[in-house]
Amino acid sequence: MLCRLPGRSVPASPLPSGPAEKADNMIEVQGLTKRYGDKLAVDDLSFTVQPGRVTGFLGPNGAGKSTTMRLILGLDAPTRGSATVNGRPYREHAAPLREVGALLEARSVLPGRSAYHHLLAIAQTGGIARSRVDEVVEQVGLREVVRRRAGRFSLGMGQRLGIATALLGDPRTVILDEPLNGLDTEGIRWVRSLLADLAAEGRTVFVSSHLMNEMAMTAQHLIVIGRGRLIADSGMDEFVARAGRAVVLVRSTDPGSLAARLRSPEVTVSPAGEGALTVSGLSTDQVGRVAGAAGITLLELTAQEASLEDAFMTATRDAVEFRAPATTGADR
Amino acid sequence: MTALTQPADQASPSPATGQRVTQAKVVRSEWTKLRSQPSAAWSLLTAVALIVGFGVLYSLVRVTRPPHSPAEVASFDPTAVSLAGAQLAQVAVGVLGVLLITGEYATGMIRTSMVAVSRRLPVLWGKAVVFVLTAPVLFVPATFVTFLVSQSILSREQLGTSLQEPGVARAVLGSALYLTAVGLLGLGLGALLRNTAGAVASLFGLLFGLQIVVGFLPATVSDTVARYLPTPAGAAVTNVRPDPASLGPWAGFGLFCLYTAITLGLAAWLLRRRDV
Repeated sequence: MLCRLPGRSVPASPLPSGPAEKADNMIEVQGLTKRYGDKLAVDDLSFTVQPGRVTGFLGPNGAGKSTTMRLILGLDAPTRGSATVNGRPYREHAAPLREVGALLEARSVLPGRSAYHHLLAIAQTGGIARSRVDEVVEQVGLREVVRRRAGRFSLGMGQRLGIATALLGDPRTVILDEPLNGLDTEGIRWVRSLLADLAAEGRTVFVSSHLMNEMAMTAQHLIVIGRGRLIADSGMDEFVARAGRAVVLVRSTDPGSLAARLRSPEVTVSPAGEGALTVSGLSTDQVGRVAGAAGITLLELTAQEASLEDAFMTATRDAVEFRAPATTGADR
Repeated sequence: MTALTQPADQASPSPATGQRVTQAKVVRSEWTKLRSQPSAAWSLLTAVALIVGFGVLYSLVRVTRPPHSPAEVASFDPTAVSLAGAQLAQVAVGVLGVLLITGEYATGMIRTSMVAVSRRLPVLWGKAVVFVLTAPVLFVPATFVTFLVSQSILSREQLGTSLQEPGVARAVLGSALYLTAVGLLGLGLGALLRNTAGAVASLFGLLFGLQIVVGFLPATVSDTVARYLPTPAGAAVTNVRPDPASLGPWAGFGLFCLYTAITLGLAAWLLRRRDV
C-alpha cells in the first residue's frame, strides 16, 4: 500500500529546479473551450498549473471555474482543446485516485450513508486500505462523527469530508473547488495550512475560491478568468501590483482646490469626507508636491495598499480590457 | 492539525500500479455503497415483506373461500396464489434498481464516483453485478418459503400443490429471477434517464402501460404483439400453466432479459459519451 503512516516526517521534496527538468505532475490546459447549447462557458483557455505551489483559481460567479475543473477531471468533454493532468487526459489514468484528489461540490454524498462508508466505497475503487481511510478521517478532524449519516453534516463538516475524499489516494495533484465555503475561521486556517503543506511536499495544488482575501493568504500563483476567458496568469504579488490601483488618501485644509489641481485624464479624485480625498493614479510624493506648489496645508497623506480584492475587481470589471496583459501566461 | 507528511514523489517507483482501478475493486466498492445505503436496504426488505406477507395473506383468504364450481376449480392455480406478493414486490424492486444510480445523480455523488473510476463503465457494471448477486439471495428463499407456507395453508382444503408438480419449481424460482431482472431494468433506465421520477415513470410505463396501449389496438394486432411486451414475456416464467398466447417460460424470460440488456447497453454507451 502506498499510504504511509501519518507520523513519519520526511523533508519536503525539492521543487522542480527549472524548465529543463519538467515536472510530470502538473495540469496543462490548451485552448480549452466548452459550449453548452449557445452559452460559451469556457472560451479558449490555456494555462499550466505547476507543482510545488498553491495556485488560486479566481473569477466571478459564472466565470467558468467549476466547468474548467470538470473538464480537467474528464467529467465533461471539451468542445475544443485539451486538458491533461500529470501528463495525460484524466480519463486515461489507470489509477486516478493516485494521480488527482478532487473536491467538486461539498455534500455530494448520499444523505443516508455514513461518512465512513462514503470514504470506504471511494477508497475501495482503487484498493486503498481501510487504514488509509482512518488516516484521512483523523487528518481532517472528523473522527468523532465519521459514523454519522453524512446528510446530517453541517456545510463545514461536508467540506472536511470532501477534502478527506480528495486526500484518500495520496494524490500528486489536488483540485479543490471552493474548499473554504462554509468553513469557520478555524477551518479556513486549517485548509490554508493543509494546502501549504501539500504544495511544500511537491504536489500540484489548484484551488478555486471567491474569497479574495483568503486566496491572498493562501496562493502564491493566480489564474484569473472572467466569462470563460483567461484574464491573468501570474504570481500573486505581480497580479496585485499590476491590477490593483494604488490609492492615496490626502486630507487638507482646502480639498476643493487640491482636487482641481490633481485632476487629469489619468488621475481620478473623489471626496472621502472631512476634508479628505482619495486619489488614484498618483504617488504620495506627487500629491505632496502638487499641494506644496499650491500652498495647501496637508493634514494627512497616506498610501493605501491595493488588496487582491481591489485588484480582482479591477481585473474582472471588463474582461476584454484585461486580456492583453494576460499574455504573460499565454506566451508559453 | 495534522499535516500530510509524505511527499508525493517519494512513492513507490510505479505509483500507479498499487491503486489501479479494476472491475473487481469497483464491485467491492458498489457492495459497500449498497449495504450502507439505508433506502436500498429498506427497499429490499419491503420487497421480501411483500413477497412473503402478501403471498401468505392471500393464501389465508383463498382457503376460507375455496373454489366451488368445476370451472373455478379448473382455473384455480395454487402456485399463483402463493406468488401473488411477488407481483407487488416488482414495484419496490424496480424503484430500488432506479435509485441505485439516480440517487447518485440527485446528490452529485456520481461525480465523486466518476472521478474515482474515470473509465466510468465499471461503476454501472459494478452496480449491476452487486444487484444480481444480492437480490436472488433474498428473493429465492423468500419465494420458496412463501410457496411452502402458502401450500401448507391451502392444503387444509386440499387446494395445495407441491414442488414436484410439473412447472411449479420453475415458476417459484422464476418469480425470484423475474424480480431480479425488473430491478436491473430499473437500473438501466435510471442510468439512461439520470432522474428518479422519470426513470420510475418509464419503468412502470414499460411494465404496465405498454399492455394497456396495445390493448387498444385491433385484436389481431394486439394478440400478436402482446406476447413480446416486457411483462407478458417476463411473466411467462412465473406461470405454472402457460398461457397459450404467450411465449414459452424461458423464451419469454430470455426476451425480458434481452430488453434489460439493451437498456443497460444503451445506458453504458451514453455513460461513456455524455458529460457527467
